[in-house]
Amino acid sequence: MSTATEQKPLVALDGLSKTFDLSPPLLNRLIERKGRRSLRAVDGLNIDIPRGKTFALVGESGCGKSTVAKLVVGLHGASAGKITFDGTDLTKLAAADRGAFRKRIQMIFQDPYASLNPRWRVRDIIAEPLRSFGITSSKAEERAEVGRLLELVGLSARDGEKFPHEFSGGQRQRISIARAISSKPEFLVCDEPTSALDVSVQSQVLNLMRDLQDELGLTYLFISHDLAVVDFMSDYVGVMYLGRLVEAGPAERIFSAPEHPYTRLLMDTVPDITMGRRNRAPVIGEVPNPITPPPGCSFNPRCPLANDRCRAQAPEARKRAGGSIVACHAVEEGRDTPETVACETGEGARMQLARGAA
Amino acid sequence: MSLEAFPQSRLAAIIESDLFYKFRTSWITVGAFVVTLVIVLAAVLAPWIAPHDPFDVSTLSLWDSELPPVWAEGGDPRFLLGTDNQGRDVFSAILYGSRISLAVGFVSVAFAMVIGIVIGLVSGYFGGAIDAFFMRIADVMLSFPTILVALLVSGIVRGALPREMHDSAALIVLVFAITVTTWVQYARTVRSSTMVERSREYVYAAQLVGRKPFAILFSHILPNVMGPVLVIATINLAMAILIEATLSFLGVGMPPTNPSLGTLIRVGNEYLFSGVWWVVIFPSLTLVALVLAVNLLGDWLRDALNPKLR
Amino acid sequence: MSTTTFPNAPLLSVRDLSICFDTRHGPLRAVDGITFDLAPGEILGMVGESGAGKSLTGTAITGLLERPGRIDRGEILFEGKRIDTLSPDEMRRLRGRRIGAIFQDPLTSLNPLMTVGQQLVQTIRTHLPKSKDAARARAIECLAEVGIPAPEARIDQYPHQFSGGMRQRVVIALALCAEPSLVIADEPTTALDVSIQAQILDLLKKMCRERGAAVILVTHDMGVIAETADRVAVMYSGRVVEIGSVDRVVRDPRHPYTKGLMQSIPRVGSGVQRLTQIDGAMPRLTDLPSGCAFHPRCPRAFDTCQQTRPAALPVEGGHVACHLYQEEPA
Repeated sequence: MSTATEQKPLVALDGLSKTFDLSPPLLNRLIERKGRRSLRAVDGLNIDIPRGKTFALVGESGCGKSTVAKLVVGLHGASAGKITFDGTDLTKLAAADRGAFRKRIQMIFQDPYASLNPRWRVRDIIAEPLRSFGITSSKAEERAEVGRLLELVGLSARDGEKFPHEFSGGQRQRISIARAISSKPEFLVCDEPTSALDVSVQSQVLNLMRDLQDELGLTYLFISHDLAVVDFMSDYVGVMYLGRLVEAGPAERIFSAPEHPYTRLLMDTVPDITMGRRNRAPVIGEVPNPITPPPGCSFNPRCPLANDRCRAQAPEARKRAGGSIVACHAVEEGRDTPETVACETGEGARMQLARGAA
Repeated sequence: MSLEAFPQSRLAAIIESDLFYKFRTSWITVGAFVVTLVIVLAAVLAPWIAPHDPFDVSTLSLWDSELPPVWAEGGDPRFLLGTDNQGRDVFSAILYGSRISLAVGFVSVAFAMVIGIVIGLVSGYFGGAIDAFFMRIADVMLSFPTILVALLVSGIVRGALPREMHDSAALIVLVFAITVTTWVQYARTVRSSTMVERSREYVYAAQLVGRKPFAILFSHILPNVMGPVLVIATINLAMAILIEATLSFLGVGMPPTNPSLGTLIRVGNEYLFSGVWWVVIFPSLTLVALVLAVNLLGDWLRDALNPKLR
Repeated sequence: MSTTTFPNAPLLSVRDLSICFDTRHGPLRAVDGITFDLAPGEILGMVGESGAGKSLTGTAITGLLERPGRIDRGEILFEGKRIDTLSPDEMRRLRGRRIGAIFQDPLTSLNPLMTVGQQLVQTIRTHLPKSKDAARARAIECLAEVGIPAPEARIDQYPHQFSGGMRQRVVIALALCAEPSLVIADEPTTALDVSIQAQILDLLKKMCRERGAAVILVTHDMGVIAETADRVAVMYSGRVVEIGSVDRVVRDPRHPYTKGLMQSIPRVGSGVQRLTQIDGAMPRLTDLPSGCAFHPRCPRAFDTCQQTRPAALPVEGGHVACHLYQEEPA
C-alpha cells in the first residue's frame, strides 16, 4: 500500500484501472480491417487516503487524474481493481446498494460555469441533494438548511433566490461547495476546483475548503496540476504520468526531496515569483499519445536517466526510505545522483530551507 | 451590488431580458407578431365575431351568391369580403377556415414536438443501441416526403373506413401525416444538444446525488435544450399550415363541408376564371400573411437565441 | 535585472487609452484611461484578473477590437505614429509586418485547412520581398528556430498534426517570421501543460531577445510575468493601478491590490496554514464603485478613496495609482 498510516484508511484504491474502448463500430472495423483500439487512462493505481486528510493527485492534462476522480465517485465504472470506502468495496456494489454511499461521497467540479444548471435557482441547486436523499422533511426545513449552507460557504441566505449567472466564478464555486456538502458527506473529490479562478479568488476558495475540512472533518481527494496549490492543501501527494502513479508519499517528503525524475521535472517548472529569472535546465519533449504509450517506463523518452532497461521494462512501485513510493528503475538502482540529474538545481534544498524557515 | 441583492419579479425580468429587447427593437418582428396575434385571435373567437355561420345551411340564401366585396360595385354591406357560389360569407369562412388550419398546425406541431423531444432526449442521453435504433427510424422517416405520407395514410384510411366517416377522419389523417414526418427534426436537434449537456458537470452532480435518468432528462437537460426546439416549432408551425393547405388543395385534406384555408382556396380556384376572384384571393392572402408572419417570428427567435449573433 | 533605459523614443506609447462597449444600457467602459510606454526590445507584462481589461488593451493595440467595442478616448503611438486612427487595411499591413500577435489557443491563430508551410510562406511573402523558394527556405529556418524537430518534413503538415506545445511554437514562428518589432502575446501558455509552459516562455523570450522585438505579455499568472518580463503593469477594473520593474513590484508592491495579489499566490514550500486573501470580487462594469475602483475591497481605504479617483504617482521607476502615496508617507 502506498502511504503508511496507523489507522485504517477511509478510502483505498487498490490496483484501480480504467480502459476506454476507442474502437470504431464493429462494421467499420470489419470493412477497414482495423483492430480494437483502447486507451488505458488509469493503470493499476494504489492509494490510501486516511480519514480527515487530503490526498492530492498531480499531473499534466491527459495523465488520468480526472478519470480517477470520476472512478472514485462512480461516474465511470472501473475496469479492474478495488475502491474501498470505509471497508466496503464500491466496485462490487449493485447500483441499488450504492445509494447509501452517494450521500457520503460527493464532488466539487472544475468549471464553475458548467457545474451549475443555468436554468435553476441557487436554492434549488443546493436543495437537490437534500430532496434526493430525503434529508429534509419539510419545505421550511429545506429553506432553513439551504440558508445555513449558503452562509457556511460565505454567501448570504438571500442569494438562494438568484440564478447562477448573477454570480462571479468564485461565488459559483462556493455554491458548488455548498451543494457538495449539503448531504453531509465524509469524503469530497475535488477535481481542479480552483483552476478556472483568478488568484485572489482562488485563495478565498482554498481557505474555505480548508476551514470546512477542519469544521466538518472532511477527507479530500484533491486533483490539481498546480503544485503550489497542492502544497498548500495536501497531506499526501501522488504524481501521475500517463495513467500510472510514478511517485506518492507524504507531501513534505515529495516537495522537499522528490525522487522520480518526472516529479523533479514538475517541481522545476513551477514558476516562482520570488526566484525571478533563474536558469532552468530545459525540459525536453511532451507527453506522448496515451493510446500508443512508449514501451517500458512511459516516461523514458523524456527522462534524462533512461537506459535500455527503462525502455524495455515498466518499473514497479518500490517503497523508499523517506516514506514514499517511487516507480523508477534509476531511483531503485541509485543512478539518480544529483550530478547526473539535469533538473536538480538546488530546488530540493531550497524547498527544505524554506520549510525550515517557516 | 445592493441592486442585485433582491430578486427581480418574473415580469420585470422578462421586460429587462435581451430577448424582449431584440423583439421590441425590430419593427418587422413586432409587425409579424401583431399579424399572427390578430389571425389567431380571430380564428379562436370566430364563433363570436364572425357575422355569419357559414356552415348553417338554413341561413344561406342563393340570392346572396357570388356577391363581390363591399367596396366593389354591387357589394352588399352584410358581406364584407363578398360571398361564394352558395351565398356563404367569405370573411366568415376565412375566420372558420383559419381555425381549422391553425388547429392542424398547432396540434401536429405539439405532437411532433413531444415525440421528437422524448426520442431525442432518450437517444442523446443513453446512446448506444437505443440511439442507433431511433436514429435509423429517423433516417427512414426523413426519406419520405410529407405529402407522400399524407396521400398514403389518407388512401389507407379511405380504404379502411366507410365513406361517411371519411370527412371526420380528415383532421386526424392530416395531423398524423404531418406529425410522422416532422418529429425527426426535433429528435435530431434535441439529441445533439442532449449529447453536449449530458457531459456537463451539472448533470454529473445530479447523477452523484442519485437522481434517476428520467428525472435528470426532464428537470435538468430539457430546460437547457428547449431554445432550438422552440425555433424549429415556430418555423414548423408555418410549414404545417402550408402542408395542410397543400393537402387540402389537392383534395386529400379537409372536406368542403368543414373547410380549412386550403380547402377554401381549392374551392375558390374553380371560380377564378369566371371573374369571382374574391373567393380565392382573400383566403390566399390570409394564408400568405399567416405563414409569413409566423416564419418571421421564427427567424427572430432563432437569431435572438443564437449566442453567436449576440 | 536588465535596467530599462528609455532611449529617445519609445517603440509604443499608449496615452490615456479608454475602450468602451456600447450596450443598450449605455456605454460600459472596460478600459479606462491607461497610459504606458514600451521601449524597443522590452518585455512588459500586463497582469490582472479576468475582466480587468488586459486582453482588450492588447487587442486594441493590434487593431483587432471588434464592435460593439471601440476606443473612445486616448491614442496609441507606434514608432511615433498614431495607429489607433489607421484604416483597417493599413492596420492589416502593420500587423504581421511590424506587430506580431500570439493568442491563448494556438488553433484559433492557425488556419486548419492550410499546411503550416503555406501559412508561413504566405505571411513571409506578404511582408517581405522574397521569392517562393526563398520564402520556403526562410519558413523552414523559422520552424527550426522555434525548436520543431525535422522542420523539412513537418512544414508540409497541417496544424492538427501538431501537439499543443508544437502548435504554439508554430504560432510563435508565424508571429515572428516577418521580423516584427512588437509582439503582443495574450496568455500564450495558459492552454498548455506546466512542463510545456516553461519551454514556450523560454522560447518566446529567447526569440524576442535575439531579434530585439519588444513584447507585451498579457497573462493572469504573476509567476509567468516574474520569470519573463522586465516591467509589469498591474490592471484592475480597466485601470493600471501599478506599473514598475518586475523586481521592484515583486519585492515591494506598493498598491494594496498588488500587495494582496502577491500575497494570495500560493507558493511551494511556504508552509502557511492560511493563504492571504482579498475579500470580495472585482466589481462588474455595470456597477463600478466611485473613486478608486478597489476601495470596497481595500484594507487601507479611507474617505478620499470613495470620492476621487487616484492619479498615477511616480514611484521608483514606475507609477502607482493610490491615495495612500498622495498623503504624507504613512
